Amino acid sequence: MKQFLSFVKKEFFHIWRDKSTLLILLGMPVVQIVIFGFALTNEVKNSRIAVLDPSKDASSLAITAELDASRYFDLEKNLVNFAQVEEEFRRGKIKLAVIFPAHFADDLQHFNKATVQLIADASDPNVANTLTNYATAIITDYQARITGNKQLPYTIQTEMRMLYNPQMKGAFNFVPGLMAMVLLLVCTMMTAITIVKEKEMGTMEVMLVSPMRPQMVVLAKAVPYLFISSINIATILLLSVYALEVPINGSLFLVVAESILFTLVSLSLGLLISSSAGTQQTAMFISLIGLFMPTLMLSGFMFPIENMPLPLRVISNIVPAKWYYLVVRSVMIKGVGLQEIWKETLVLFGMLVFFLTLAIRKFKIRLA
Amino acid sequence: MKAVTVDHIVKTYGKKKAVVALNDVSFSVEPGELFGIIGPDGAGKTSLFRLLTTLLLADSGSATVDGFDVVKDYKAIRNRVGYMPGRFSLYPDLSVEENLNFFATIFNTSIEKNYELIREIYVQIEPFRKRKAGKLSGGMKQKLALCCALIHRPSVLFLDEPTTGVDAVSRKEFWEMLKGLKEQGITILVSTPYMDEAGLCDRVALIQNGRLLSVDTPSAITAGFANPILAVKANRMLYLLNRLKEADFTQDVYPFGEYHHLVLKKGKRPEDVQHWQNDQEHLMIEPIKPDIEDCFIALMKESHA
Repeated sequence: MKQFLSFVKKEFFHIWRDKSTLLILLGMPVVQIVIFGFALTNEVKNSRIAVLDPSKDASSLAITAELDASRYFDLEKNLVNFAQVEEEFRRGKIKLAVIFPAHFADDLQHFNKATVQLIADASDPNVANTLTNYATAIITDYQARITGNKQLPYTIQTEMRMLYNPQMKGAFNFVPGLMAMVLLLVCTMMTAITIVKEKEMGTMEVMLVSPMRPQMVVLAKAVPYLFISSINIATILLLSVYALEVPINGSLFLVVAESILFTLVSLSLGLLISSSAGTQQTAMFISLIGLFMPTLMLSGFMFPIENMPLPLRVISNIVPAKWYYLVVRSVMIKGVGLQEIWKETLVLFGMLVFFLTLAIRKFKIRLA
Repeated sequence: MKAVTVDHIVKTYGKKKAVVALNDVSFSVEPGELFGIIGPDGAGKTSLFRLLTTLLLADSGSATVDGFDVVKDYKAIRNRVGYMPGRFSLYPDLSVEENLNFFATIFNTSIEKNYELIREIYVQIEPFRKRKAGKLSGGMKQKLALCCALIHRPSVLFLDEPTTGVDAVSRKEFWEMLKGLKEQGITILVSTPYMDEAGLCDRVALIQNGRLLSVDTPSAITAGFANPILAVKANRMLYLLNRLKEADFTQDVYPFGEYHHLVLKKGKRPEDVQHWQNDQEHLMIEPIKPDIEDCFIALMKESHA
């Protein structure tokens, strides 16, 4: 036990004395929260639009005013002819153009029908889609108001309610994903790298010719990273609750417990990588290509898994982060309890047992 | 009981066993002996040390350390031997004191317990005990590594090329330290590529291309050198070397420092060289005693023949 503690102490010295790495390890979640939360958001806000309105009547002006008033749009320019529309899009100034016909209000009143054209810059299809949806919603809203209480024959009205995330905040989605990513990066990559570093420096050679059992070396290596991961989990949760206003609807204890389970899975993966990698570079590449990329792509955090072709959906099942992501999202956002997520938890637990057994069995008690 | 026995050990590397690192090596080391393993780079010294410290498995053959089998009882061996690898293997970001403390605890002991053993060595680096190990000079690093390998009072100490890359003064000091340790009853196996260090060992094993050329005391090895040997010098050394190679009394000739060492065929005498018809300017001939390097070269050529 004294051996173990002494080893853990030594490991803390390594981390503490490498200030730049320490800063990266502890600062990374903060930076990522800030980047994902405020900069890299796929919510659409304050998109610049242009209006071409030859009629300038009460209805068209009212619609324009409502568009401008919404937080999604900023009226950049009033255009005077159609040629300018193309020009503005080319210059990349605007994302959406709203074009009214001449005599818009007249058409509406006399023919009971008028058209508004929405032209969107679809070089980013998702944004274009969202923008036209928002604009259509605002116009429909206006129409509903002028229709008033008049009963139209045969109308179907849709009523929408966004469950769990009524404001459609992106943060609800990425906070669980971010936790998976940070834990994976800190636990898997750093553990793999430090063990391989001992091999590279030759200190593992000395360590092997000592009463210290290899399993103990490996476990002692994992302790400080478990500690750093806990700090990271706390940072992410605090930031997401207080800075991004993401609620923890479920039990905080369950979130933390599941996070620790996932941390252990990541640590055992790191140990597994370290036993097969000979150099720090290899360890880093395996972690990045073999784990980080699949986590980003196949955990459902960036791209919805349901839309993927079957082979990718099958592969996504072996990505631990996918399960963790599902669990955390369910507990944090939907507020469900263990009875709803026991299957995912069981999968994670199975992975832990599998990877840990493999890592310990593969751990080399000799040099070659 | 022997401290170390090595019995017909064969070790190869590569898929097709293409690289033979150790080829049927056998020897034994007595308890309390200072045993040198001497050979050039790539001779198989490190492989041999790693086999004995249970870090590698041999293809065939067996070995024991302190009576324990290196394969079966590897845990017991790891508890009782000290090992200092050829490359500096301490933590550069830990201080001298922290390194020593760390190694003491993982061997379930403390600096205080075995301080007597390392005192003579440790006092030399004690003034720098707060300094990071990575910032020590080469000789200091070696001393610290030796302290760390000794801190648990090992029964057998393995030192893999401890003096490689260390200056002449530090090398001399290092060997003095080894003598001191030997007096404390620790069996020491030390490998070195420097032939001049052979004389400092009780017994040496000469190794080349994975084969043992000879195992004996240094004096017995040099005494076994039967042919007369001369140090020869002239103005034009290369020309002299080429001419000597053609001479009928020459068994072998090779450059050796500022001289050529000339090994005469059996029955030839130094006078034969004096009377040698030649056009050398300032030819100087001096009979010498063979040293380990001469023996090594002779044994090496013998084994190739």
